[in-house]
Amino acid sequence: MKIALKNCQLIQPQQKINKKSNLLIEDGIIIKIGNLSAEDLKHAEVFDIKDNFVAPGFFDMHVHLREPGREDEETVQTGCDAAAHGGFTGIACMPNTEPALDSAEVISLIIAKAKNHLVEVFPVGAATVGRKGEVISPMAELFNAGAVGFSDDGVAIKNARILKTSLEYSSMFNVPIIEHCEDESLAGGAMNEGTTSTFLGLPPIPSVAEDLIVMRDILMAEYTGGKVHIAHMSTKKSAQMVREAKAKGIRVTAEVSPHHFTLTEEVVKGYNTNTKMNPPLRTQEDVEAILEGLKDGTIDCIASDHAPHSLEEKEMEFEYAPNGIVGLETQIGLALTELYHKKVLTIEQLVEKFAINPRKILNLPICKFEVGERANLTIFDVNEIWSVDISQFKSKSKNSPFNKRLLKGKATGVINQKKMLFQGKLKEI
Amino acid sequence: MPLSSRHLLGLETTPKEDIKLILDTATTFKEVLERPIKRVPTLQGKTVVNLFYENSTRTRISFELAEKRLSADSVNFSVSTSSVSKGETFKDTIRNIEAMKIDMVVVRHAAAGTPLYLTQLCDAHIINAGDGIHEHPTQGLLDMYSIREKLGRLEGVKVCIVGDIAHSRVALSNIFGLKTIGAEVSVCGPATMIPRNIKELGVKVFYNIDEAIQENEVLNVLRIQLERKAGGNFPTLREYHTSYGITNERLEKNGKNILILHPGPINRGVEISSEVADGSHQIILQQVTNGVAVRMAVLYLLGTQN
Repeated sequence: MKIALKNCQLIQPQQKINKKSNLLIEDGIIIKIGNLSAEDLKHAEVFDIKDNFVAPGFFDMHVHLREPGREDEETVQTGCDAAAHGGFTGIACMPNTEPALDSAEVISLIIAKAKNHLVEVFPVGAATVGRKGEVISPMAELFNAGAVGFSDDGVAIKNARILKTSLEYSSMFNVPIIEHCEDESLAGGAMNEGTTSTFLGLPPIPSVAEDLIVMRDILMAEYTGGKVHIAHMSTKKSAQMVREAKAKGIRVTAEVSPHHFTLTEEVVKGYNTNTKMNPPLRTQEDVEAILEGLKDGTIDCIASDHAPHSLEEKEMEFEYAPNGIVGLETQIGLALTELYHKKVLTIEQLVEKFAINPRKILNLPICKFEVGERANLTIFDVNEIWSVDISQFKSKSKNSPFNKRLLKGKATGVINQKKMLFQGKLKEI
Repeated sequence: MPLSSRHLLGLETTPKEDIKLILDTATTFKEVLERPIKRVPTLQGKTVVNLFYENSTRTRISFELAEKRLSADSVNFSVSTSSVSKGETFKDTIRNIEAMKIDMVVVRHAAAGTPLYLTQLCDAHIINAGDGIHEHPTQGLLDMYSIREKLGRLEGVKVCIVGDIAHSRVALSNIFGLKTIGAEVSVCGPATMIPRNIKELGVKVFYNIDEAIQENEVLNVLRIQLERKAGGNFPTLREYHTSYGITNERLEKNGKNILILHPGPINRGVEISSEVADGSHQIILQQVTNGVAVRMAVLYLLGTQN
């Protein structure tokens, strides 16, 4: 099967490519880049890309698929559908399932379930058995089964000794320890500590709960030489510490979720449970520091922290509702609206944060515009204006605070694994 | 003139005119409470549900009496007797109660924001009887009523709230209400019990109780929640009493004729000594009486709206 993508705006920052061109793809492999002759187009299905950007496939390195254990909220299948619909060709799924992803069998199960999908799934193994922070997981077995990193996400690795062991052991596979940075003794609140939490009477989570663990993890990465990746960074201090650590050559990377550069704690007023997440929404000052961190490269990538929850779980008293929101199907739109159009990031930087850096952190191959490369691509239109409609989500869960929000910029298609989703239609190519 | 809102969710959002209206109306009802037959037909035919998800004796009885004195039909729903223990969600409970055609809900709940959530789930008038560590507006109003009754004014009155400000819905409602009406509000307590950003609420902070006594006309002494001690906000009850307990000795030392309020129930020997609790400065039991009048006012003003 042969397809031609005409009028593409190819973009690949590693190759310094940002140009108009055409692509010819046969059996999922790029076979020609540039002007396509009548001969090339023979037997090819032709798609007019209408000057949309065509980039290496976008990758979301922080997704909760809820399988196994909470298939009522999301499954590997529906999570992958949501990822494709949202413009992603690859995702890393977090290990806080029931049971946790702490055995090769469960890792293999996830990979097998995703096998025939356009979206590739790379599981993150639990750093400790049962994510309990007591004994490190069988990391070699998990790695050999396909785990691309280790994390106790939902919580930080419980204590410094286990963190040290995890970093030392995982460094043999050159994969990162991905940390949910929150000091356990300061955890348990419902929103960021500040004036708003006082006004709302909600139990607070202080920003220092995040900062302390970021500091601990940076020090431990320096000491052990291991790789730490800070998940969903949300505070000004965290950004400063990571910036300084990177300048010293410590192996630390960081991601941010779109809600943490889009919303502040102000939106919690009204007690909408879709504004409840962990880390919580912070202050304007934090948002500005996060934007600065994105701009200067302190923050390597954007990841959704896609956290599906059923309606009945979120429809309750704010303090009792679970943390988290879905994000796979809104994050490219939010990033283009808030970062590209507001001139925080150039289009090259945006592609780096979605397509290049997450794959670098997890040691995964990155699609290049070269003949013979596997076509793993995301197509996006920076100018399409659309309104978020949760009823159109492919995700099983609809817990988003962005419903009805007007966005500028959207993923219009994805190509991977000899499959193409374009203009809402999935086809084998 | 009617209230500007259909509900009483908190004093943060209640305008000055509404507070004054409630307090003035309460004066009328207080007079009713002095009559031999303490009952008016004002809310005849109206149904009020007292929805108590958290233990409460005095607030529930106070509301219940206020409802009965206004001739409303009232129904009590408390957690132990409810279907909550059978796993019903808050939303379903509310929908069911509403389907029985009710006019008002008085709600007490351990989770902040629940009264606002209730307004989204049903059409009845909602009165917040305490939500988590957020607000307890009728307590704030009855405290204000009691101060006004005793001192003849609220504007410019210097009131200090003493105790665990960070975990008190009474403190927050008092701060909001008193600020709105123009009183000078301060708080006093150990630093671990004062919210970090308290100054942004426009109140002065005292860490020393003697200074607080010297500089204020009114002390509103909060109950130390003995069960919270485990959270480690202060070392021992003895130390709390030594540092912040209101005693005769302390009042005499500072030579002040100060008015003392306490929302109850009191812990004698902890935040307040027995002599002070029974002494001439306090108006603790007047507050309880006024509570019924203030709640009658709120029920009346909301229940007679369209």
